[in-house]
Order: sequence, then structure tokens, then C-alpha cells
Amino acid sequence: MPMRKVMKANEAAAWAAKLAKPKVIAAFPITPSTLVPEKISEFVADGELDAEFIKVESEHSAISACVGASAAGVRTFTATASQGLALMHEILFIAAGMRLPIVIAVGNRALSAPINIWNDWQDTISERDTGWLQFYAENNQEALDLILIAFKVAEDERVLLPAMVGFDAFILTHTVEPVEIPDQELVDEFLGEYEPKHAYLDPTRPITQGTLAFPAHYMEARYTVWQANENARKVIDEVFEEFEKRFGRKYQKIEEYRTDDAEIIFVTMGSLAGTLKEYIDHLREKGIKAGAAKLTVYRPFPIEEVRELAKKAKVLALLEKNVTFSVGGALFQDFSRALINESEKPKIVDFILGLGGRDVTFKDLDEALAIAQKALNGEEFNEVNWIGLRKELL
Amino acid sequence: MAVRKPPVTTREYWAPGHAACAGCGCATALRLATKAFSEAMEEKYGDPNAFAIAQATGCMEVVSAVFPYTAWKAPWVHVAFENAAAVASGVEAAWKKLGRKGKILAIGGDGGTADIGMQALSGMLERWHNVVYLMYDNEAYMNTGIQRSSSTPYGAWTTTSPPGKLSIGEDKPKKWVALIAAAHQIPYVATASIGNPFDFVKKMKKAAKVDGPAFVQVQCTCPTGWKSPLEKGVEIARLAIETGVWPLFEIENGDFHNIKIQSPGGGAKVKREGGRVVAIEFKKPIEEYLKLQGRFKHLFKQPEAIDVMREQIKAMWKVLGVDVTLPKPEE
Repeated sequence: MPMRKVMKANEAAAWAAKLAKPKVIAAFPITPSTLVPEKISEFVADGELDAEFIKVESEHSAISACVGASAAGVRTFTATASQGLALMHEILFIAAGMRLPIVIAVGNRALSAPINIWNDWQDTISERDTGWLQFYAENNQEALDLILIAFKVAEDERVLLPAMVGFDAFILTHTVEPVEIPDQELVDEFLGEYEPKHAYLDPTRPITQGTLAFPAHYMEARYTVWQANENARKVIDEVFEEFEKRFGRKYQKIEEYRTDDAEIIFVTMGSLAGTLKEYIDHLREKGIKAGAAKLTVYRPFPIEEVRELAKKAKVLALLEKNVTFSVGGALFQDFSRALINESEKPKIVDFILGLGGRDVTFKDLDEALAIAQKALNGEEFNEVNWIGLRKELL
Repeated sequence: MAVRKPPVTTREYWAPGHAACAGCGCATALRLATKAFSEAMEEKYGDPNAFAIAQATGCMEVVSAVFPYTAWKAPWVHVAFENAAAVASGVEAAWKKLGRKGKILAIGGDGGTADIGMQALSGMLERWHNVVYLMYDNEAYMNTGIQRSSSTPYGAWTTTSPPGKLSIGEDKPKKWVALIAAAHQIPYVATASIGNPFDFVKKMKKAAKVDGPAFVQVQCTCPTGWKSPLEKGVEIARLAIETGVWPLFEIENGDFHNIKIQSPGGGAKVKREGGRVVAIEFKKPIEEYLKLQGRFKHLFKQPEAIDVMREQIKAMWKVLGVDVTLPKPEE
């Protein structure tokens, strides 16, 4: 029988790692993710997880050791956040390029400067072009489930890409919620033993991994990473379906809430989706036709699903905890790309909010709504809007 | 007729067909190192192939693994410039879980070890991974075109330490990474040279056989970066030993009081006390080593710089607990 425990998302991530049975974990502590390696080291110390836990001297070495272990042919896991993920940056490209299905749990946190340990998505968003798959959890249950799903997708022969699962700093990492821990046997059936397809360091069949490619070959190698990301679209759907069958919890690349007759659809990721659903209920009570959509999968970017979503609304209001300087938020670019050649498309309004852990309140959402309504009514509106700025400090 | 056993196995792991420059001393080092490693694995585990290699970005990496070719007949992985030790840590951990017997060999040049890879190296040694780290020391960033590293010796020309009106070339003494490695009190640390291949093979075997981390720093010549004759690599490396420029030693378990110094040869007089080398009187002046290399050519117009070098070499030997006398060339 599955067990229900009240726990933080960090613990949920550690539980997911325990259930996935990675053979090597390498991690360095960083706020807000520190509890993940702490909890894992307890599991290892108690013999509940039979893994090598490498207590590395930096995140750079954490991901490097994961690459080494994954190249040697075992399932590997790590956890990090913010500057730690940024320190891994260089090796993230390599992990994807070498097609190593490593999974990272990320406690989504702002980047310096100024140093700030609280939540936004700038850390993972900054890694969106590394080739890694990206999932974002709304709550602690999703943090656990999506890590298991990430392993399954990453290790699929059609994909073989690393994956990161983000969950918001403190809002999830340090907040307790009831989480259902699936039965080990069911997880074993779902994930199976990891069998390396191309990455192994076996003296009986020596291979060379991580070569130099001249211009004659580099583009093709990069294209295979592109193709693997494309393949992941279908594989993710399949894995979501299988997950629902086995564990009863349904996942979709884009989860919709009260969108059927919506004129304005707010779109977000992560824990903000919870707040947003309540806000939509509040708007509906006032007779405002608004809906919500949550991206569970950000890479590969769900282009088709975005197009379907766009057909339902006159305005898409994107709520983003990240900035792409001089452009807006990252979602704004992705949505624009998905819709640019559509003959009929909604207006897209971008909102940057909640950076560095600032609370996103109904008041902030009201501010966003007012701008979205301008767009809806054909009035002039700003494409990119910073919500909740304290103007007196500027 | 009796057939003499070859001094080291005829098995090859660094295969012909790599793209290293003619006369590359580091290619020689890697070939010998992997042969020695294989012998050690055969003796320790009964399987000559029981090893995998994690290599840092550098000249020996790019010349050996140009897709779709490889010079490696052993399982081999390259990730980046600064992380060979961390990658090796991961490989070793994976092998442990897979129940695979054997040892991991990490390879990095002086840039990937003494500079950008220093932190990962320290972490790997401190965590006691069962890895031998081989630093092939050609004393500059040769992969990117001969820029100075912290392992570049005093006085050497490189493209970023050019001699000029205000410069004698590299103006800092060489960083001795072997001593830093030994400070981790790991089972085995050694310096070696392609100028003494038997000693190098012996040390690589010893390193491969210890349980836990080991570090070997091998000086290898680079005709391109050292501006030296292609065919004189081994001779130049031997002169480095015989003139006192390159000390050969072993430190076990971080015991700095018991550094084992190899005799340099070249007519040097070695004085021992209680079996320990306390003084060496070198017979060959360092000029004999320097003059074969274009990277030191400018020093001969500034002999006082060579004297500074002599003082630095003496200071380095003093750290090893040895008083050395370095002769000046006869007028």
C-alpha cells in the first residue's frame, strides 16, 4: 500500500531518488536544496538506499561525477539550485551532448546579484538551451512524481537526455504537505533496471566517449540532441499515461483550469499555479471569464499544446518568475514562437513577477488582470509588465 | 635461445594513429603509463584490462579522440578541461556499485591539473577515490598554443610570458603540484620523467597497485612548445633530471620526512644519511638542459636570470630536504 507522509518538497525529492534507486549520487549542499542530499545521505547511512553518495567539493564536480558515473553506465541523481546550477552550466551541455540520462532536482531559486535565496525560476530558465528536459512541480507530490517520470523519460531509448525537475524554493522546498509515497515494487515495475544503451566504460568492450568533433560532424551531433528533444514530446505523453495507470495521478504537459469559455487565460508554472487556480475561482465568482493553464513540461516546449490552448482565449497572460533582459520573460518568447504563424491568435501579455521570493498576491494578479483586460478590449497595453514593483525604491 | 622478457608489456592501449605532433614526449608518457597500468592490473586483479580512463581536455585528449576515430584501446571518457578528477570519481563510484574490479586512471595536463583542475583534483584525493591521477606536465597550455601555466618554469618563453624589454619570460617559479597532492596524505605521490622510462613505469605500477588515491606528475617534452629538436625529447628530459631541474621523488602517505629521492645520474654525487638523500652535487650545469630548448634561448643573453633559476631550483630541493650544489658552466 502506498504510504502517505507529511513532508517538504526536498524530502519528496529525496524519496523519489530513493525509489528510483540510482547507483551514484553526487551532491553539494546549497540553499534551498540542502535537505535533499542530507536526506539521501540518511537513506544511504541507514542502508535504505544502496548507492554511492559522493560528497563533492562543488556543484561543478557534482555534475562532473554524475557524468562520469552515467558514462560508466549507472543511474545517477543530484540536486541543486541557483548558483549551484549555474556552476554546473558548462557540464549541463556536455551531459546532454553525451546523451546521459542524469536527473537533477532543482529548488528553483533566484540568481545573484544581489544574493537572494528565495524563489524564482531564473536558475532553470537560464539552462533551457542546454538540451536538458525541464519539468516544473506545482506541489510536493508533483516534485516526487515528476522525478520518477523524469528518469523514465530520460532513459527512454528514443530520448536519452538528462532531465531537471524544478520546485519552488521555500514555497515548496521547505513547506510540508501530505505526499503519497508509491510502493517500491510499483516504482520498480515502472522504471525497471537502468540498462545503458550507449554509455558504459566496460573493459571487455572498450569505447571512447566525449570525443572531439570537427566541423564535419559537430552539427549532426547537435542535431541528434534536437531530435531527441523532439522525440521526448511523444515519450512524455506515453510516460504520463503509464504513470496515471500505475499510480492514479494524471499529468499533462499543459494542465488547464476553467479554460473552456475563458477570454483571458493566465499561464504559469510551478507553485504559482496553485494560487492562480484560486484566483480564477475568485474571478469567476465576479463573472470574469478567466482561466488558468500550467506548464508542467517546459522543455521540450509543448508547441502543439500551446497552439491548442491559444485557440481557447482572446488574451494569454503569462505570469513569469524570470527575466530575459530586453525581451521579457522566457515564456513570452516561447509562446510567441509557437503562435507566430497561426492565422488566428490571441494577444499575448507578459508579466514578470515574484522575483527573488516576493509574494504573488491577489492584488498583484489584479494588476495583471487590469492590463490583460486592456488587451482584451482592444486598448493599448504594454507587452511586458513588471508587477508589484516598489516604485518608491527605484 | 632464451627470449628476453620485454621491460614492459607489448600490449598497447594508446594505439598508433593518434594525431600528436612528431616527437611528442607526452604521447610517449601516455603509452608507457597505460602499459604500466595494464601490468599492475594484471598483477593485482589478474586482468590486464581492468581499468578505465577519464581524461581532461588538453592536447593529449584532442589528438587521441577525433571523431570518428580513437587512439584508445581502453574504455575512455572525456568531459571537460577542469574536471577529470571529478569525472573519475563518478566512474570509480559507478564501478564500485557495478562490482567491477579495477582502477580508474585520470589524466590531465598541467593546465587541467595545476590550474583550472586543482579544486576537482583536491576533492578527489581528499575523498579517497581509488583513482590514479596522472599529470602530464609539458609546462604550458600546449593545446591552445603555448600559453603559460602555473607549472611553466621560471624564465621560459610562452606566448603569454614573452621575453621583452621589461620581461625575462615567465617570472614566477614553477608550482609543484606533486607536493600539493602529497599534502592530502594519500598513499602514493611521485614525480617521473620520460627521461627515465623504467622509473616512470615502476612508479605508475606502484601507483596503480595502492588502495586509494595516487598522484604521479610526469615531465614530458613538447617540441612545439619548447622549441626543441623533435628527436631530442628523451635526451632533454634526461638532462632535466641530471642537471637538477626535475627532481624524481616519491612521497608515501604524506610523509614529508621520508621523501624518497631518486639518484639523478649524470655524474651527480649523492650524499645519504641513514639511507636518506641529504645532498646532491650535480655535475652538469642547468645550461646543458636549457640550451637545447628555444624557449630558454633569450636567457643566454641575460645570464643573471639563469642564476635566479639556479637559486629557485636550490630552494625547491630544500623543500624536499636536499641541499644541492648546481655548477655553473666552465668558462
